[in-house]
Amino acid sequence: MELQHVNVKILVDGDITVDPGRFIDVFHRWIREGVIEGLLIDVADYRHVPHGPGVMLIGFDFDYSMDNAGGNWGMLYNHKSPLDGNNDDRLSTALKSAAQACKLLETEFADDGLKFSRQGFELIINDRALAPNTDETWDACQPILQSFLKSALGHEEFELQRESEPRRRFGVTVETKQPLDFDALA
Amino acid sequence: MKASNSLWKERLDGQLSAQMADELDTFEMEIDLRRQGKVDEKVFAETRLRRGAYGQRYDNGQRYDGVETRQLAFRDDAETKGPNTAWDAPGMQRIKIPFGGMTPDQLEVMAELAEEYSDGIAHITTRQDFQLHFVHIEDATALMRRLAAVGITTREACGNSVRNVTGCPFAGVCADEAFDVSPYADALTQFLLGHPDAQNFGRKFKPSFSGCHQHSCGLAAMHDMGMTAVTREVDGETKRGFRVVVGGGLGTVPYQAKVFDEFMAPEELLPIAQAMSKVFAKHGEKKVRSRARIKFLVANWGIEKFRETVLEERAKLEHDPRWTELIEGAEGEQETPLNPPGDLPESNGDVEFGHWLKTNIRTQRQDGYFTATVALPLGDMTADQLRSLADIARKFTNGTIRTTVEQNFVIRWVSGADVSALYQELAAAGLGEAGAGAILDIVSCPGTDTCKLGISSSRGLAAELRKRLSEKIFELDEAIQSLHIKISGCFNSCGQHHVADIGFYGVARGVHGYKVPHFQVVLGGQWEENAGSYGLPIVAIPSKRIPDAVERITGYYLKSREKGEQFVHFVNRVGKTKIRQELDHLTQNLPEHDADPDFYADWADPREYTTGDIGKGECAGEVISAYEFAMSDAERMVFNAQVLLEEGGSQKAGEEAYSAMIKSAKALVQIDYDDVSNDPDEVVEEFEERFCDTGVFYDPFAGPKFANYLLAAHKSAATPFTAESAHYRIEEAQLFIEAVHSCYTKEKTTAG
Repeated sequence: MELQHVNVKILVDGDITVDPGRFIDVFHRWIREGVIEGLLIDVADYRHVPHGPGVMLIGFDFDYSMDNAGGNWGMLYNHKSPLDGNNDDRLSTALKSAAQACKLLETEFADDGLKFSRQGFELIINDRALAPNTDETWDACQPILQSFLKSALGHEEFELQRESEPRRRFGVTVETKQPLDFDALA
Repeated sequence: MKASNSLWKERLDGQLSAQMADELDTFEMEIDLRRQGKVDEKVFAETRLRRGAYGQRYDNGQRYDGVETRQLAFRDDAETKGPNTAWDAPGMQRIKIPFGGMTPDQLEVMAELAEEYSDGIAHITTRQDFQLHFVHIEDATALMRRLAAVGITTREACGNSVRNVTGCPFAGVCADEAFDVSPYADALTQFLLGHPDAQNFGRKFKPSFSGCHQHSCGLAAMHDMGMTAVTREVDGETKRGFRVVVGGGLGTVPYQAKVFDEFMAPEELLPIAQAMSKVFAKHGEKKVRSRARIKFLVANWGIEKFRETVLEERAKLEHDPRWTELIEGAEGEQETPLNPPGDLPESNGDVEFGHWLKTNIRTQRQDGYFTATVALPLGDMTADQLRSLADIARKFTNGTIRTTVEQNFVIRWVSGADVSALYQELAAAGLGEAGAGAILDIVSCPGTDTCKLGISSSRGLAAELRKRLSEKIFELDEAIQSLHIKISGCFNSCGQHHVADIGFYGVARGVHGYKVPHFQVVLGGQWEENAGSYGLPIVAIPSKRIPDAVERITGYYLKSREKGEQFVHFVNRVGKTKIRQELDHLTQNLPEHDADPDFYADWADPREYTTGDIGKGECAGEVISAYEFAMSDAERMVFNAQVLLEEGGSQKAGEEAYSAMIKSAKALVQIDYDDVSNDPDEVVEEFEERFCDTGVFYDPFAGPKFANYLLAAHKSAATPFTAESAHYRIEEAQLFIEAVHSCYTKEKTTAG
């Protein structure tokens, strides 16, 4: 099974301590200063949408968002273009990119105490043709994800919980017993 | 671009109609041919536009980052999907929803597409379409196949074609309508889609249906072809018909449609639409795009000649059985309820539910049933919300749901007994906001967020106004609560600012040597009576002061209105001069850049608004003063023309507006040629030579459009004015002045 268009969302730890409007300024600056490698195009403001995508940094190959889906603020990385390599490479790119963005934002908003959760993350495959949210996909993906996470996290103390609503994209919530190390992941 | 694009064709095999499957195979081939350089870029541009694949801001590969304009390094920057449009640049996909009618299955597919191909947001437009943004052209066919599998086509969603046939979202359930127009809107959609007689237009053609005259749900009067349901008693029998109007439209200069037929029999609707298409294709302007809409043909010919020509064409048409086949069964009930009727509940002290009941629930003509409007902020919703809406539509109705021209959804056939539970489920999905159709329900075009033509941030302003109003909406006087605010990011009126109580459209002005986003305040428009009258701009105000302007206007209305007086009548009674006086202070004492840099940026966008350091040359300084003085005069003259028009002086108003155009043209000419006289012939001759022949004045997108306003006005300077032609001249004068401002700023920037 080929996993492409991997999304990773790392939730804010506790309540968000930053006015989301401030992410607009930061993302514009990231574009101007080339803080993130790759082609960055624009910033989209969806703060007006309840439980929406919040503030998005739109790129060509990927988007970064301070996302509020489900009413849970978090850093969402969405890899849009197809990636070469194997599944591990593609999963790794998404997890590293999300962790890197979390680190950057924690630094940007250190004075405001912005922190992202080290207890886990959500992982979504944003392509229903490649990975429909079915039992077959779950059966095929489970070993791929287990193997990747063991390697990426450096331990086996994690649990996977599959997205149960069949109309939503295939995805898992990863809960780790050992805290995520953003430095190691990024 | 999705890795799975090639999979969808096989996966959906057999689920698309043969015609749709063929069309999409062809489109896929056209994309391949363009990539191979075997299709001209202009041809490909129109091809993709006719499939709804539209350009988006920055697709020319350039973006101002707040300090400088930078090249966006798209991978295939040599390849294009249209003139000056990078192949890899993300674009907008428009999806036609005829008369707004959708099914839960379609909502679910829309959710999938928003997540997988776009930025997770589905946006409803002011013409009941959906739009997805940041879509890659190579994803388009997979996306379209998935839509086609649930019966949605994007064909002719853009381009020079028959656009979405819009219709009243309350059709069939409205207590005030003559009859249900939905089946006729559906018939016209099917009939004109891909019709050979509707393929050779110079511009787009927008039809619309309304069930009654008095409301605004269909906006018939501002459409190229507008149909309003009417009935007549003939020999003791009630006969259905349509009052058909033609040649309406907003755009830069709005035109009220003219009556083509007071009572057209339904069986004549499709053949007349076909004949009208033939006439538009044959006689409509093709070269000058700014004069190519059917409204100009109707205005140039007059409605009598237009009608005569269409009827001649109609007489020559070969009979088509679809003219009547497609409307068979139109007189029967189109929808049925899921649950038995019931009484509307009380709010029982639940304040938010009480507000929602008041603004979002409407009684159907069928006893015990109600419509519930789902108010969407700026027309946006998430994929999860689309799925929730699909669930709710299935649970409480037979999936009867429609998009609206106010960028909302209407759920139809809700039993009164279910209203409370429905509200609970909507609220849980973040869809239970009260204030539908009220001042909070602000309509906005995409503006500078994603539109290539945006001048100011209409969505940024709309979001800011929403934020401020939502804090106190139900504390406001009821007269204020019911006002309509509509915002466009430029003069093109996609936000329908002309028909709002308070409309705004984006312009840019120079302040202390910097560019500052502004909005023109448009008053005098009427939303009711199917967009019964169009407003005019009275003053440009810096964007950051627009919330104050709204406060001032509504405060003045509250203080000075007569009992029960509607806003549009209030504006007409007190006159724009007095209202402008209320606002004048907002255009004065503007802060210096260093004192308030935020004033020089747009809403929700920290980038400096200017395109560069304009600077102040000493030598140019005197010319600037002369220029600014003259432009100030020109703007005052346009405003005075409005006042004259209000007072009934059409001739004087038209002349004043024309003089304002000459004045502003002279202001520009004078920068190079100080000795130019006041003689209009000389001013226009010099203007043509220096700014038209050189192309300097031409807008990068609109081309010679605004220059042509001056040339046409000068050519017809001796023609007497009617109230209508004076109104047009005032609009044109205002737009010409904006273009002079724009040209001046551009030239000054280039000169350093």
